[in-house]
Amino acid sequence: MIEVREVSFAYPNGVEALKGVSLAIQKGEFVAIMGQNGAGKTTLVKLFNGLLKPTTGEVLVDGVDTRKVSVANLAQKVGFVFQNPDHQLFCETVEEEVAFALRNFGLGKRTVQKRVKWALNLLDLEKYRQVSPFMLSGGERKRVALASVLAWDPEVIILDEPTIGQDYRQKERLQQFIVQMNAQGKTVVVVTHDIEFVAECTPRVMLMAQGNIIAEGDARKILTDQKLVTKASIVLPQVTQVFLGLMDLGLPGDVVNVQDARRALSDFLGVDS
Amino acid sequence: MSVFEGFRFRGVSSPVHRLDPRVKFLYVFVVFAVAIMFGELLPLLVLFFVPVPFVFLAGVQRQWLRSMRGASLFAIIIFATNFIFTYLSPGSIPGIEPPLDTASEYFLLLERSLAMTLRFIVLVESFSIFFLTTSPDRLSLALEQSRVPYELCFAFTTAVRFVPVLAEEAQTIMDAQRARGLELERGNFMKRVRNYIPILIPLIVNAIRRSLELAEAMESRAWGATEKRTNLYVLRMRRPDYGLIFASLFMLTFALYVRFSFPMPSIVALLSL
Repeated sequence: MIEVREVSFAYPNGVEALKGVSLAIQKGEFVAIMGQNGAGKTTLVKLFNGLLKPTTGEVLVDGVDTRKVSVANLAQKVGFVFQNPDHQLFCETVEEEVAFALRNFGLGKRTVQKRVKWALNLLDLEKYRQVSPFMLSGGERKRVALASVLAWDPEVIILDEPTIGQDYRQKERLQQFIVQMNAQGKTVVVVTHDIEFVAECTPRVMLMAQGNIIAEGDARKILTDQKLVTKASIVLPQVTQVFLGLMDLGLPGDVVNVQDARRALSDFLGVDS
Repeated sequence: MSVFEGFRFRGVSSPVHRLDPRVKFLYVFVVFAVAIMFGELLPLLVLFFVPVPFVFLAGVQRQWLRSMRGASLFAIIIFATNFIFTYLSPGSIPGIEPPLDTASEYFLLLERSLAMTLRFIVLVESFSIFFLTTSPDRLSLALEQSRVPYELCFAFTTAVRFVPVLAEEAQTIMDAQRARGLELERGNFMKRVRNYIPILIPLIVNAIRRSLELAEAMESRAWGATEKRTNLYVLRMRRPDYGLIFASLFMLTFALYVRFSFPMPSIVALLSL
């Protein structure tokens, strides 16, 4: 679906954000890109929908070089939800906001109405249909931003820091939602440094530091590797810390969330979970 | 946004950076006045090269060149309009007897348009050096010590300080809207103007929101509690400052003397083309 080959990227002011990154994301995959601020995560995903074009190397989306097509064209395939909803909301009503992109893509009136209704329903925003997005709370605004992208049903969904500023309940709902979308065959890419969130979802994880991908693999493998995680300036999930501390008792070390822990403990104690 | 780059202060130190901002302002003012005084290419060429040693002394060549490059579009417009309008009424240029027929008259027309363009470049050049080598803090200090009310100084420095922040934010908003299929460069003139609404609304809303937050943050830190403020740093004139004052005044007197004593020859006449 998305293929990045030997890509380097330098901003006009000379900052080298990516240094020879290669990766491939398959259709229907769920990937989390993690790393500290300034590691190049957002830059990397901005290459996926052509907002940025590689300085050297190439990015292929469905086999098409991103340098050869417009952002508007790529965006229909690759939806990008920005970190801060305040950077995109501008319409008078939530309904208009969700319809904005659909109109840009030139969909017919009937289709727009249908899609808007579907997206508002999906994110539980129907009651705010006629409300100004500026009157909503932070979490609601974030959902409007998400709805405005999901409305055109892109094959790939990129979420930049979706959990920032969300309370625990919202985070849990968001997580269910993402997992559900992925189960429906959508390719999902999440950029985050919220390790607990990633530990709950257990996607494929890519760790970034200083413009490079320093490790990638299954969440249970990456998130339990103390050395790697420290290199990317993040802290191990709390459950993992506990289990790493108990390894000398014979408990497994590759535990990242509560479900894992329950399974590991019941196996260890020989009881049915 | 490259135009802004050429005016943004960088935290380095050099003899030029250490000059008193008030003196530097006097110097910029003199350059400004002299540039207005002359409409001929020869003195403007001299004026163009006067600040070059300062640029190298301050070590800001790259940023300075960038500001020149940023101004080039305007320079081209100025050149074109001057050329076209003086072509239409060539009688306004000394040395040309309409109608335009000889080669030297065409050269005079060209020289005149170049001179007007260079006048603009000289102005941009000197202001660029001023802003590149004067920190907003010192500028504010200079204003304060010139008896400008503190509220005004503060508003001014805050505005200056937030220019790069706003530029960066505008870029993010543009990215977010392009990811939703907005094509800025599409459509006729009116459509293109309307294309900027989705950029401007979030930008303005965020700017207002931020200014309110800033006001609250400042008030909670007792802004304006003391009637009579004192400063940790006080600007004092030193020997190089007096040197620059002397040089600036000398330049001004010399320019006035030349202006009113000799008719300024055109380069065309000097080369007797």
